[in-house]
Amino acid sequence: MTHSANHTNELVHEDGHHDLEELRKFGFWLFLITDCILFSVLFATFVVLREGTAGGPGPKDIIEMPGVIAETFILLTSSFTSGLAVLSLNKGSRQGLIGWLAVTILLGACFIGLEMSELLALISEGHTIRTSAFLSGFFTLVATHGLHVSVGFFWILAIILQLSRHGITPVTTRKVQITSLYWHFLDAVWIFVFSVVYLMGVM
Amino acid sequence: MLDNLKDFASWFFVTGDPLIYGADVSIVMTVIAILFVLTFFKKWGWLWREWLTTVDHKRVGIMYIISALLMLFRGGFDALMLRTQLAYPDMKFLSPEHYNQVFTTHGTIMILFMAMPLMFGLFNIAVPLQLGARDVAFPFLNALSFWLFFFGAMLFNMSFVIGGSADAGWLSYPPLSEMTGSPGVGEDFYIWGVQISGIGSLMTGINFIATIVKMRAPGMTWSKMPMFTWSVLASCIAIIIAFPVLTVTLALLFVDRYLGAHFFTMDGGGNSMMYVNLIWMWGHPEVYIVVLPAFGIYSEVVATFSKKRLFGYASMVFAMMAISVVSYYTWLHHFFTMGSGADVNTFFAISTMIIAIPTGVKIFNWLFTMYRGRISFPTPMMWTIAFIPCFVLGGMTGVMLSVAPADFQFHNNYFLIAHFHQVLIGGVAFGYFAGLFYWWPKMFGFKLNETIGKWAFWIWNIGFYVCFMPQYVVGLDGMTRRISTYGWDTGWWGLNFTSTIGGFLMGLGFLFTVWQIAHSIRFMEKDTTGDPWGGRTLEWSIPSPAPIYNFAITPVVTERDEWWEEKQRNAAGKASKKQQPLSPIHMPKNSALPFIQAVCWFTAGFGLVFHWLWLAIPGLLGVAATLLAHSFNYDTDYYIPVDEIQRTEAEARRTV
Amino acid sequence: MTFVSVIRRIAACLALSGLALGSSGCQSMIVFDPKGPVGAQERDLIYFTIGLCLIVIVPVLLLTVWILWRYREKRSGSVPYQPEWSHNTKLEVIWWGVPIVIILILAIVTGRYTHALDPAKPLKSDVKPVTIQVTSLNWKWLFQYPEQGIATVNYVVIPEKTPIRFELTSDGPMNGFWVPQLGGMIYTMSGMATTLYLQADEPGSYLGTGGNFTGREFAKMAFPAEAVKKADFDQWVSEAKSSGNVLTEDNYQLLAQPGVADKLTFASIPQGLFHKIVHEYSMSRGAPAGIDQKAITLSGELAKEHTEGGQLAPDSEPSVHAGQAGRSGRHGHLIDGSGTTQDQRK
Repeated sequence: MTHSANHTNELVHEDGHHDLEELRKFGFWLFLITDCILFSVLFATFVVLREGTAGGPGPKDIIEMPGVIAETFILLTSSFTSGLAVLSLNKGSRQGLIGWLAVTILLGACFIGLEMSELLALISEGHTIRTSAFLSGFFTLVATHGLHVSVGFFWILAIILQLSRHGITPVTTRKVQITSLYWHFLDAVWIFVFSVVYLMGVM
Repeated sequence: MLDNLKDFASWFFVTGDPLIYGADVSIVMTVIAILFVLTFFKKWGWLWREWLTTVDHKRVGIMYIISALLMLFRGGFDALMLRTQLAYPDMKFLSPEHYNQVFTTHGTIMILFMAMPLMFGLFNIAVPLQLGARDVAFPFLNALSFWLFFFGAMLFNMSFVIGGSADAGWLSYPPLSEMTGSPGVGEDFYIWGVQISGIGSLMTGINFIATIVKMRAPGMTWSKMPMFTWSVLASCIAIIIAFPVLTVTLALLFVDRYLGAHFFTMDGGGNSMMYVNLIWMWGHPEVYIVVLPAFGIYSEVVATFSKKRLFGYASMVFAMMAISVVSYYTWLHHFFTMGSGADVNTFFAISTMIIAIPTGVKIFNWLFTMYRGRISFPTPMMWTIAFIPCFVLGGMTGVMLSVAPADFQFHNNYFLIAHFHQVLIGGVAFGYFAGLFYWWPKMFGFKLNETIGKWAFWIWNIGFYVCFMPQYVVGLDGMTRRISTYGWDTGWWGLNFTSTIGGFLMGLGFLFTVWQIAHSIRFMEKDTTGDPWGGRTLEWSIPSPAPIYNFAITPVVTERDEWWEEKQRNAAGKASKKQQPLSPIHMPKNSALPFIQAVCWFTAGFGLVFHWLWLAIPGLLGVAATLLAHSFNYDTDYYIPVDEIQRTEAEARRTV
Repeated sequence: MTFVSVIRRIAACLALSGLALGSSGCQSMIVFDPKGPVGAQERDLIYFTIGLCLIVIVPVLLLTVWILWRYREKRSGSVPYQPEWSHNTKLEVIWWGVPIVIILILAIVTGRYTHALDPAKPLKSDVKPVTIQVTSLNWKWLFQYPEQGIATVNYVVIPEKTPIRFELTSDGPMNGFWVPQLGGMIYTMSGMATTLYLQADEPGSYLGTGGNFTGREFAKMAFPAEAVKKADFDQWVSEAKSSGNVLTEDNYQLLAQPGVADKLTFASIPQGLFHKIVHEYSMSRGAPAGIDQKAITLSGELAKEHTEGGQLAPDSEPSVHAGQAGRSGRHGHLIDGSGTTQDQRK
């Protein structure tokens, strides 16, 4: 398999076609543009509806900053470890690569866990998505980001399995690079969630 | 038990209307007939291997086009039902509920399930061939896009007999489309049908940008790219920027309906005007998404049948890119009447008018492509010529509509209806017909009958004017859109009746088109040249239909109209470029995953429509499983050996 | 297919459509037969736009026919054929330039007219405007005359040569208020009030209609707008006041239920009903039963903060607009899961 993939790439070059893996990375950048717009729209709706509390709780009443800061710290760290994974990849160290990827998604899982407990606590207090437009926007934006992180978790898990089976090949290299890109992107989105939803909320 | 079942059935299926029962029967009969034919001729394996699992862009294109023509039939039939209901005052042909469902379905199908797939079909057929590429950038994703579109469309169409259709208009404005206004499942069918196919459209946008940016033949610089491919690029850029907005908007509407959120509700602090803004931020670029490729087709057709280079290439490219960018700044012109204030209205009025400038320039360029050419008039050219006056008039009424204070008198009445039908039929549909007839020989290897095609053309065109010109008048006479009936005292009868006659003429035109296709299949006129029209671009340099690998040898491009120039060089006796030797061709393997994944999406969508989590969750898990299966599959490609290429080329009577 | 026959058929085509246009006669197009200053200005603007567009369109259409005729293949030999000719800067400058100039003119005119015909701008007149508060309901119109203390359903009577200040809202889906012969349409939206000034210059019964689809009986939302002489109007008001039919808050809630209604006249209206519709009733129309919602009660203080309508400041962006509507949502009332809405899941 590994051999075949290498072979493929060489031939593609010989054909005068462009590198297949480069093409896929380009495609992924295009996808990130669409995802970026998706989040922009969610941010826009959140901002529009922020005052629409319909007599229910406002941002100040529901935001618990310590938990959010912990989440932020964890996700930023996971972005850093994802970077370390790519460094291991460039060095050609399969062990290091798998190790750092595992750390990354474990941190991601911690983030999801904390976020879930935050949202579940709100729901148990009776502040649900049905309460007001503000909370609709809040839950949808935060949960969409959380869903993205969860998808990233399973995706990277799948790539860890593929790495242990196939080793570092052009195909797996591309896959690691793409997921790393995705993970950094989610980190960047979280910075915006943190500023727009939480910081501006408590200010 | 039996009573429960009966209750369920009467709620689950649409009942109580003889039209629906008739449709039920015909659907069941058609399905049985299809199953019988497939089984009798032992075609199941063929269907699965050659079509359902294919990743070949040409076959995906053909499947898009067939689906689009079926949807054209459905949407057209809806249109005729609407026109029948409006033919006389106080008609009792359709009840108001049914009328509302039919016009909602008509709009949604024509834009999202007819124009879009027909456009994607033509993208698939022509773009890789024009670029000199072996396939699109991501063939697997391409097949997945198609199947998502297909099952999205099926889900939407199902609401016709199961559960009841959406009836809040093709853009489903809340609060009417919220649980308060539409408690039935129709809106959920709409949301999921459009959502699933919309995800497919988004992926097609990504796919074709990557294809065009990265897979042009050696030597094909940006300034040597065929104009249709340019138009596809402009359209796809608009797709990837606009469609995420649709995805979010529909998702939020569903969250409102299913989880009781308050994005667009009247209560709880929701804001329904936000929906109107969001949906048009997608909806307006969407109009340009469908019309830009039509402009590209006209450019190809005009140059080919004038036997002359396209005039003002740089202007054309700039104009299309300008349209694609400016189209994001015009959405508010769909609701000048919201009372946003004079400054806001002025801004959007002017941005809308600005679009008329590049569009007008394109018309001049097409005219001057014909100037000092040798114009012949086969069907693709006929549609292109018919487009010019039609679109010029439609454009004029468009400029009239863009003048905000005048729009107060045009808004939401039949003047508006006539305008957008004129630009969408005269601009988009005519263009796609031109493209369909133009590339038909390349798709199937035979030409369509010209005589019947011309008949169809004239009936369509006359029908069009008879149908829509009276609507301008009746709109200015105060008839607003979407009313299911009107009284004798309004004085609108004559115009409406004329319009209905025109509608049925267009229906007759459709039948002529069907006859044309059937006749051409029966008395097939094989295209052995691969270049039946005297084409200019690379797709005409290979046999018809194109072999699976498209180009035996990757072409090297030196000129803008490479194939035309190559023919000129050959005629002048100048030595042809030295041919490279054949080498094995790298191809993607077929895959069942796109089909299976789309079925899973369909299942999940159906479950969510009825709020049946026991069905939705397995469906979504199936989606995840197919994604993983694809990720773990490393056996995705193969090589076509040289002798097989030689055999294929020899069969097409080509020497390599 | 010869070219001559192509032309003949195009001509036939145009003749047919011309016939269709003529069959009704432009005379009957009510948009071109305005009976008030707003409608008249809008008509003039439409004529101007058509004229300006024709400057480009007529030459283009003539050019199309000429080129097709002259350069058709059948005629080859006598006319020049230049297959390589594909660029001419001078020509391209002309056809970029001409549309730019025309659009520039149109843009300036549009800008001026958009401000002049801003629906919320009071009309110049010596007569004191009459205020009418319009509410679109499913599927009927409620017109309240706060100054006269009366109300009508499904018809409106206005004094001639008097500016009418319409304040419009919706207690239900968005609709549009349109009386073509008096002037343009404006949307009616829940949770906010829009303003529209119109005036009738002569007595008559003018067609009024709903402009935005609102569901099943939308076709029944046409209403007559009757312009009468000032004295007749006063007499009509006093007759209405003595009719004895009273609109109460309870009556209103009945009226707001989905359904159609006949023409009705009410002798009196509850204090501040329109205000309550905008800020309270229209924002408490919740989803039907089946979605279990937790009711949120509004504190008394918030209820007092009601401001005047959700009408936009003229310079606000749409997003700001949405934001304002969202803010006014704060004043919304409790979420009422039952009662006013129908449950008709099919």
